[in-house]
Amino acid sequence: MRPLAQSETAMTIAAPLAVGLVIVVFWEILCRSAHVPVFLFPKPSDIALKLASDWPTLLAALWMTLRVALQAFISAIVVGVLIAFLFVQSRAVEKSFFPYAVLLQVTPIVAIAPLIIILVKNTQVALTICATVVALFPIISNTTLGLRSVDPGLVNLFRMNRAGRLQTLFRLRIPSALPYFFGGLRISSGLALIGAVVAEFVAGTGGRSAGLAYEILQSGFQLDIPRMFAALFLITLAGVGLFTIMTGFSKLALGQWHESEVGAET
Amino acid sequence: MLAPNKTCPESAGGRVPTGAPVVEILSADKVFPNGTRALAPIDLTIVAGEFLTLIGPSGCGKSTLLKLIANLIEPSDGRILWWSDAFGRVGSSGRSLAFVFQDPTLMPWARVEANVRLPLDLARTPKAESSKRVAEALSRVGLEGVARHYPRQLSGGMKMRVSIARSLATEPDLLLMDEPFGALDEFTRNRLDADLVRLWWERKLTTVFVTHSIYEAVFLSTRVAVMGAQPGRICKVMTIDEPHPRDESFRNAPRFAEYCRALSASLTEVSLQQMQR
Repeated sequence: MRPLAQSETAMTIAAPLAVGLVIVVFWEILCRSAHVPVFLFPKPSDIALKLASDWPTLLAALWMTLRVALQAFISAIVVGVLIAFLFVQSRAVEKSFFPYAVLLQVTPIVAIAPLIIILVKNTQVALTICATVVALFPIISNTTLGLRSVDPGLVNLFRMNRAGRLQTLFRLRIPSALPYFFGGLRISSGLALIGAVVAEFVAGTGGRSAGLAYEILQSGFQLDIPRMFAALFLITLAGVGLFTIMTGFSKLALGQWHESEVGAET
Repeated sequence: MLAPNKTCPESAGGRVPTGAPVVEILSADKVFPNGTRALAPIDLTIVAGEFLTLIGPSGCGKSTLLKLIANLIEPSDGRILWWSDAFGRVGSSGRSLAFVFQDPTLMPWARVEANVRLPLDLARTPKAESSKRVAEALSRVGLEGVARHYPRQLSGGMKMRVSIARSLATEPDLLLMDEPFGALDEFTRNRLDADLVRLWWERKLTTVFVTHSIYEAVFLSTRVAVMGAQPGRICKVMTIDEPHPRDESFRNAPRFAEYCRALSASLTEVSLQQMQR
């Protein structure tokens, strides 16, 4: 790697880490000096200790939540892309059904999750459905936009060469839509996680769910605030991880040619 | 006095070259849905092996005429024949035409060779055959080295060459070009003109070219059709008798200046008439 690129990547990782470190140190010093009680606002050291001691339980909980989030994410992709294809087939279909897709975005999941959890026997499935609903709209919206945002010059070119519908779809529309699709993926991955956590919250401690939200609720009841923060920290980590992975996929697919990944030329 | 909408008072003259007709435009005109008359009825025959340039002021319908010839749009009246046949049957006779746009119109997600290969892939040409044709087309435009590059890595002139290579790969019988070098700087433009006229001369590929530039028209063509606006029509057809192969030395010759003067005079006449209407 060129020296400049090497230092750029180092900067991308080192800089936020440095900021995080400063915040953590500041936080620790503030809590110690102000003698903030641990059940009100724990110090980073408390959280770290709790993470170390309860590692197995918390990790299992993380996996439970992540599983729901990932299932929801994949369902959202499959359903969202299908709907986007349908929308692109006819303007009439799009105009008729798009407002309902918008409904998906604006309805707060906390309001409809209880209904879904009651209706669906299996708690896990119910959680996945809730999270899918939350993650669905960006994929529909972005993919539809992408499939429609095709260079008219290229459309002309394909038409002149008498390209078939499938040929135009695979060689022109899908590659054109990829940048928008990946943008939707990045947003959706985080939303799937949020949806999973929120649904778990609504399901409460009654069901057999044992994800991170459940841990947060339990810790709250037991006033084990460091543990609550530890669970919160793991959720945040998962969210950042998902976003980074999506960005990685995006770079793989678009890195060679799209301005968003290639960056400005000197 | 000729009907004002037909041709200009002085006849659409020039020697009609001998050769098999490739495109016959028989009183074809074009009125757009919003009522604008883009073209008055045009009568023009494009002959095999010639290089015809359409030149004229903005709005004279040269691009519209080119699109009619490309069968991208239909004439409102009259008809057009390609190789003495209506367009629907042209494909079955094995003849094809290629269109080069003003914009290179490359797929940014594909490498140069995939871009050049596109028309062949769409026609489901076998891989071995298409690879051969792609390599040949790229070498004809002088771009052998960049087959694996992406469009964003190329300069404007190179992108235009890829676009031309893409049309050549289909081995067309008729090449249509709509101000392809308009967006390029003068040096690149001159170089591409020289390459294009050499390409044309190699295979005598019938070409119709649209441009704003008098110099380009004189340098490249065997015939130049001067068009007028409002409504678009062909006012005069000039023959450029300069033998081929032509190169940079032609640009410096006195004959070149003569032709340019004559062409310029025609264009001025056309725009004067337009102002008098």
